[in-house]
Amino acid sequence: METFFYKNVYLNETSTVAGLYEKNGPLGHYFDKTYDEFYFNEKTWEQAESKLIEESIDIVLRKLNKTRFDIDVHISGDLLNQIVASNYAASRLRIPFLGIYNACATSVEGMIIGANMIEGKLIHNCLVTTSSHNNAAEKQFRYPVEYGAVKKKTTTFTVTGGACAYLSNEKSMIKIDSATIGTVEDMDIKDSMNMGAVMTPAAASTIYKHLKNTKRDIRYYDLILTGDLGTYGEKMLKEYMELEYRIPLKNYKDAGTIIYDLDTQPVFAGGSGPACAPLVTFSYILEQMRKKELKHVLVVATGALFSSTMTNQKLSIPSIAHAISLEVVK
Amino acid sequence: MEKKKYQDIVKKYTPQEDRTYHGIVAFVIGGVMGVLGQLLLDLYANWFHLPTTDAAPFMIITLIFFASLFTSLGFFDKWVAWAKAGLIIPITGFAHSMMSAALEYKKEGFVTGIGANMFKLAGTVIIFGVVSSYLFGFIRLVIFGG
Repeated sequence: METFFYKNVYLNETSTVAGLYEKNGPLGHYFDKTYDEFYFNEKTWEQAESKLIEESIDIVLRKLNKTRFDIDVHISGDLLNQIVASNYAASRLRIPFLGIYNACATSVEGMIIGANMIEGKLIHNCLVTTSSHNNAAEKQFRYPVEYGAVKKKTTTFTVTGGACAYLSNEKSMIKIDSATIGTVEDMDIKDSMNMGAVMTPAAASTIYKHLKNTKRDIRYYDLILTGDLGTYGEKMLKEYMELEYRIPLKNYKDAGTIIYDLDTQPVFAGGSGPACAPLVTFSYILEQMRKKELKHVLVVATGALFSSTMTNQKLSIPSIAHAISLEVVK
Repeated sequence: MEKKKYQDIVKKYTPQEDRTYHGIVAFVIGGVMGVLGQLLLDLYANWFHLPTTDAAPFMIITLIFFASLFTSLGFFDKWVAWAKAGLIIPITGFAHSMMSAALEYKKEGFVTGIGANMFKLAGTVIIFGVVSSYLFGFIRLVIFGG
């Protein structure tokens, strides 16, 4: 039972707030709000990241003409230790709160949890938020930002942004059709500078299970969007699907390679982070769906469950991917 | 898929780093740093009429000062990212690693932030520097008698 079908869950409204590099990227004008620096008038990067979540919720509520009292549940996660960005935003909002963590697969994980509760008629609606902040992530996982540590070509660049989705049982154009919960995969990759390679097996296994359980052909989807595999991960996934499952990946893109201009921006293999998949999906992809250029989209958010403590103990990095299928109705 | 087979795929699509280019850049920049150090050393020896051994600390302090200043002004990280070992191996890299860590953690307080984290990167260098100098000193004592 890893795949669920939904009859009555809709993605009514979304919002995106992004930082400087994302603003200067090809999708810059699709975001609801962008910043030119990294503090957003806050004192620290961690507090700035928390602000991204708060602002994304504000924007969604304003678009819906609702207040926080109208929301049943708020589900949120991010990359910081103890998911502090979500916790501090939630402490100010005071909507019943579930904090979740699946690294960069958090966005879809949250949407699945919310959709299941709505489908089960336990709640009417929920807000799902995720965030990431480049400098806060660098500080926590790698080296001091001003150190300018040497990086490999396969390194990905953590996206600065916050994204919010409002899911409910009220009919709208974008329906949540089905979802597949992934298993944690570990192919013995230990290189934290090559997260695409870490996450590819998880993405492949989730896509395969989703297609098998829904009895769909790969061509059913107008677009399959993975979260943050990067340029080299994209190629690895294609080869993996072909070799392991004999499925040629058609209509496939990776959010990490869309969000930035890889030729001109200093982002190495592309974007990553919990905000990467939702920033692209909730802006650019939904826009195309509203125009009916895309009708069936499978979003596969991929997460490397990385901890420097465990890699220092010479363990490999496990990974996970969750898939959610969005479709245009009416 | 077997792990071995997957690792072959990873290897196939993981690009090679431009080692020769990085090596040449690091060699040239590292060399320039050496020349700069020697130049400062000679200048201080001349100006202050000092023996070279006594002028060395002045040269080191100057390099540390400018590396720290450039780090604080926010552009030394870009130089390091380009020149790599050329700026990391000389004393400039040591100063830069301390200054960047101090800047990063200053908002977490003097003691719990700067004090506890300033040696995050440089600490390793100090520990193994001291251990290895002790070890080699000892070897020298045994073989050459001091």
